[in-house]
Amino acid sequence: MIDTIIHFSLILLMPPLLLGIIGKTKAAFAGRVGAPFLQPYYDLVKLLQKGSVFSETTTWVFRAGPVVTLAATLVAATLVPLGNHSAPISFTGDMILFAYLFGLSRFFTTAAALDTGSSFEGMGAAREVTFSCLVEPTLFFALISLARMSKSLTLSTMLTYTSPGIWITAGASMLLLVGALFITLLAENCRIPFDDPNTHLELTMIHEVMVLDHSGPAFGYILYGAAMKLFVLGAIFMNIALPARTGSSLGDWGVFVVGMILLAVLIGVVESIMARLRLIRIPQLLIAATILSAFAMLLILR
Amino acid sequence: MSYDTSFHSDIYGMHTHTESFMAAGWQTTDYLFAGMVASVVLFGISGLPGLFIKKPGWGQLIATGICVIAALLGTGTAVQTVVTGSSTAGYLIDWHLPFGPCEFSADPLSALFLTPLFLASGCCAVYAVAYWPAREHPGSEKKLTFFFGLLSAAMALVVLARNGVVLLIAWEIMALSAFFLLTTDQRDPDVQRAGMVYLIATHIGTMALFILFAMLRGTTASFAFPVPHSLSPDLGVATVILVTALIGFGAKAGIMPLHIWLPSAHANAPSHVSAMMSGVMLKIGVYGIIRTVSFFSLPPAWLGWLILCLGGVSALSGIALASAQRDIKRLLACSSIENIGIVFIGLGMALIGIQTNTPLLAAFGLTGCFIHILNHALFKPLLFLGAGAIIHATGTREIDRMGGLSRRLPRTAPLFLAGSLAICGLPPLNGFIGELFLYLGAFNDAISSPLPALALVAPLLALVGGIAVITFIKLFGTIFLGSPRSPEAAHAHEPPLAMLAPMSLFALFCLIAGICGQLLLRLVTPAVASYAQLPPAIIDRMESSVPLASFTLLNLSLLLLILAIGLFYTRQTVKLPCATAATWGCGYLAPTARMQYTGTSFAEMASNLFAPFVTVSRSGPSLSGPLPAAARFCYATTESILDRVLIPVFQAIGLAFSYLRRMQHGQMHLYMLYIFATLFVLMMWRH
Amino acid sequence: MGSFADQLLVLVMLINFVMLGSSRMALCIRAVAVQGVVLGLLPGLVHPFSWHLAGITCGIILAKGIVIPYLINDAVRKAQIRREIEPFIGYVPTLILGAIFTTLAFVFAEKLPLAPEHRELLFVPASIATLMSGFLILTTRKKAISQVIGYLVLENGIFIFGLLLTEAMPVMVEAGALLDLLVGIFVMGIVINHISREFSSIDTSRLRALKEE
Repeated sequence: MIDTIIHFSLILLMPPLLLGIIGKTKAAFAGRVGAPFLQPYYDLVKLLQKGSVFSETTTWVFRAGPVVTLAATLVAATLVPLGNHSAPISFTGDMILFAYLFGLSRFFTTAAALDTGSSFEGMGAAREVTFSCLVEPTLFFALISLARMSKSLTLSTMLTYTSPGIWITAGASMLLLVGALFITLLAENCRIPFDDPNTHLELTMIHEVMVLDHSGPAFGYILYGAAMKLFVLGAIFMNIALPARTGSSLGDWGVFVVGMILLAVLIGVVESIMARLRLIRIPQLLIAATILSAFAMLLILR
Repeated sequence: MSYDTSFHSDIYGMHTHTESFMAAGWQTTDYLFAGMVASVVLFGISGLPGLFIKKPGWGQLIATGICVIAALLGTGTAVQTVVTGSSTAGYLIDWHLPFGPCEFSADPLSALFLTPLFLASGCCAVYAVAYWPAREHPGSEKKLTFFFGLLSAAMALVVLARNGVVLLIAWEIMALSAFFLLTTDQRDPDVQRAGMVYLIATHIGTMALFILFAMLRGTTASFAFPVPHSLSPDLGVATVILVTALIGFGAKAGIMPLHIWLPSAHANAPSHVSAMMSGVMLKIGVYGIIRTVSFFSLPPAWLGWLILCLGGVSALSGIALASAQRDIKRLLACSSIENIGIVFIGLGMALIGIQTNTPLLAAFGLTGCFIHILNHALFKPLLFLGAGAIIHATGTREIDRMGGLSRRLPRTAPLFLAGSLAICGLPPLNGFIGELFLYLGAFNDAISSPLPALALVAPLLALVGGIAVITFIKLFGTIFLGSPRSPEAAHAHEPPLAMLAPMSLFALFCLIAGICGQLLLRLVTPAVASYAQLPPAIIDRMESSVPLASFTLLNLSLLLLILAIGLFYTRQTVKLPCATAATWGCGYLAPTARMQYTGTSFAEMASNLFAPFVTVSRSGPSLSGPLPAAARFCYATTESILDRVLIPVFQAIGLAFSYLRRMQHGQMHLYMLYIFATLFVLMMWRH
Repeated sequence: MGSFADQLLVLVMLINFVMLGSSRMALCIRAVAVQGVVLGLLPGLVHPFSWHLAGITCGIILAKGIVIPYLINDAVRKAQIRREIEPFIGYVPTLILGAIFTTLAFVFAEKLPLAPEHRELLFVPASIATLMSGFLILTTRKKAISQVIGYLVLENGIFIFGLLLTEAMPVMVEAGALLDLLVGIFVMGIVINHISREFSSIDTSRLRALKEE
């Protein structure tokens, strides 16, 4: 029960903190002080109190976009184990529902973008769906590898199964998996080197350009949903990359929180030292990630 | 199989002995069978009154009424048959035709295919009243109504027939009625061309079926279907029978190299006919393959893998092609190829499972295959009927000329959205349930099997699902969202209730089936168990290993959450100030509707990635100087497999046959000579 | 130590992908050097220690990791090439082909009649996969330098196979192979220089111009 409460409070409260840490890390690299860690929370509160501007061309689809996206992400978040703790809801085949819930949220985000009738937002939407369609196979190759290793078909068992012992016996395939999943994590969350969340040059953006016309509370939902997506995918990544176990329930929660903070720092470092890829290079990197995870599957299934 | 009731119809005496019909002791299954037969007959005759009524409109209304009654009766009895899970007895019509008595029967497999058939027929008949009103189309309405009923009846007969020749007759009636329906708009050259291609393709398929049934007759010495699982797969003819079945039935199903007729035929038929063809008629081809395989005691090893590969290729190339289309109905037709591919993937998995004696794999594969068949028969008609409503409203099939229709068609838009979500397999709609079983089959195989090549099905399905999202977000977005790109789109109008009602029914079923996957599973499991001869324990194991109740719970909580956040959001926006303005033009001050991203530009990036399936051709002048003159740019996508493989092959064949043309010179006496020579040869033939 | 050797072999196969997918000459050369060093470490992991083995290891690392890459680098600098610009098949298709060939390599390795102690290890599939990647580079790239790299990868694949077959390889055989390679590189280097001087390009597909009409 306590674990469930902690799970829900973490998925509800922690996501914006990751954004704050990423921002702080980047600021540190650039030699600036940077915004405070809690800045994303302030932003959210501010946005929720603001009025909205709606474009004349938009319809109910535009308003439904952020709502459905946030709801789907929330449901997906209940399926993911955090650290060594199983998810509150876990059943056979939940990993497929998990993947498809993100598909649902993507459908509505892009639909809302197209509803504005802006060519730039159409551009962003086209990029988003094309790139994420290349990410899907990577995710499934990884899921199959994990299912084979843990002999299980639930996300919780698959992800809590990893232990330091596996890293020693199947290190190569784990390394490949982690590499592929990290690329997936960056691509799905539109981070550098795929997309720059801070840029304001519409021609080059993916996610940010899709939500240009959203304002007020709706934009708050979008930011919150995006942070939660980062948190959820990050939790999956950390479960595989850092299978540290303390033995005590609270200790595991501590390890998990520290792990997530480390992940945010890592993303911040990557964003600071890498440049954005040229748009035509992105499919290449995504296919490379697919090959990595396919290779991992091959080694594990062998 | 016992023939406890048989009615003899003496074709020469033109009277029927119905004594045995009257006999007491009818079982429930007999009533069910009688219901289905009655429904078939009703469909068959539904168009007849209209042929004799001069005043336009009444015939169509009468036909629609009959169709609705037939559909209610048929769907009810078919569902009942499926759920009870026991096959009805065979019913024999013992006539004196050379091919022997003809037999009909309905087992769970037949009833499973009949359910969506009857449902779609009824809905499409209602739709036709508003879509093709007799007042506006006095010339073609009678033909359309008559053949529509005949098509439904013929398809049902194909599924019920247990005799090769009867099946072929019904098959031919089905193919020809579909041809006449397809060429309703016969003055349009595109339609003529599509009709010709369809006719040739379907007859090539029929030719293969002739060989198939001749071979079967050679093996069993009767045109009646052999008892299920009675033939040995090691026979020499087994390969011929299975390959001809794959070609003959596969051509109707639209599997990848045999799909040439499909996009243009579906695109040019009236929308409710496309809905029938895509939602139901393709499945009849799948049914044929499934039925033929059931004659053999064990499917040969190559068959499962071949069907799986064909399915994979069809799924991937079908959706890649669909993503590049600009014509709304052609896009939907290409996506039918994809869906048939998914069905074949499931079937292939099941056959491999049966062959290698891994019953769980067989159960998952077959369940996924059957559920997807049902699902596709729900969402594809919905989308085609929606496409009809859109074409009705705008008068064009080019999606790049539409836009902003969700304002003009506020009721059609959510229905079409539901169909799009369902076909992408997104929860909480029904497409997800079928794919779930295929995924779980692949994952189970990855966990337990020593050489789990089948695990590759999961990433493949994921990729196909990803492209499906591109395709349908493009379709929905370009048609309904943004602002109108042409005056036609700006003055579109909502379709009448008779068109909306069938669509709403389909959408409702999609939602219910998506949330309560158990319903679908319950419909499908009897057919799965009886087809793959699985013990109940395996079915129970499969059912218990897929906690559909949890999926229901999560789907419901998803809907509730959407509702809750939506309500919260609306309350917030009411309280806070709210303004309207033009869309942010990114600094450009005078954006026009034509500057929006079109469907073509939306899919351009994806089309480039799928170059093996989609050939992109661009033509335009090279621009020079600071102020270039006005120029035209043309961007077209064509089908790579068609362009690079099929057309060259057909050209080569055409060249080879051009020599034969010399025999056709128009001289009557030489033709007589041919006939005489043939006769002579036949007489000389050793008997 | 079998599992550690396996990890290194996975690394070798990944390096194949790097070479298949990258257009930069410098990166390819560096990758092939790393691959050589990794391969040099392998004999030490699978065979018990001996001075003879240490000699071989040093020799291989020196040759594959330092000398040969240096020579190729030199040639690249002289011919002033930075990228393979127009391969016969694009980079993404080559990558996918590479993935397919690697999978096939595993399938072939299953089929080969191997000693049971070799079946568990990755040596055979890694060897076949590397061999095939070498062929792939040789067939899809135009520049002579890329072909040299492909040739090196090919040789690495054969080397991995050789690791399994002999308990401790006779020095002479291995040395002979390396010498062959070295001569090959020299010849290539000279040829490249000549082609580059004559045609002011080292595109091998233009060698057709030498054909007698």
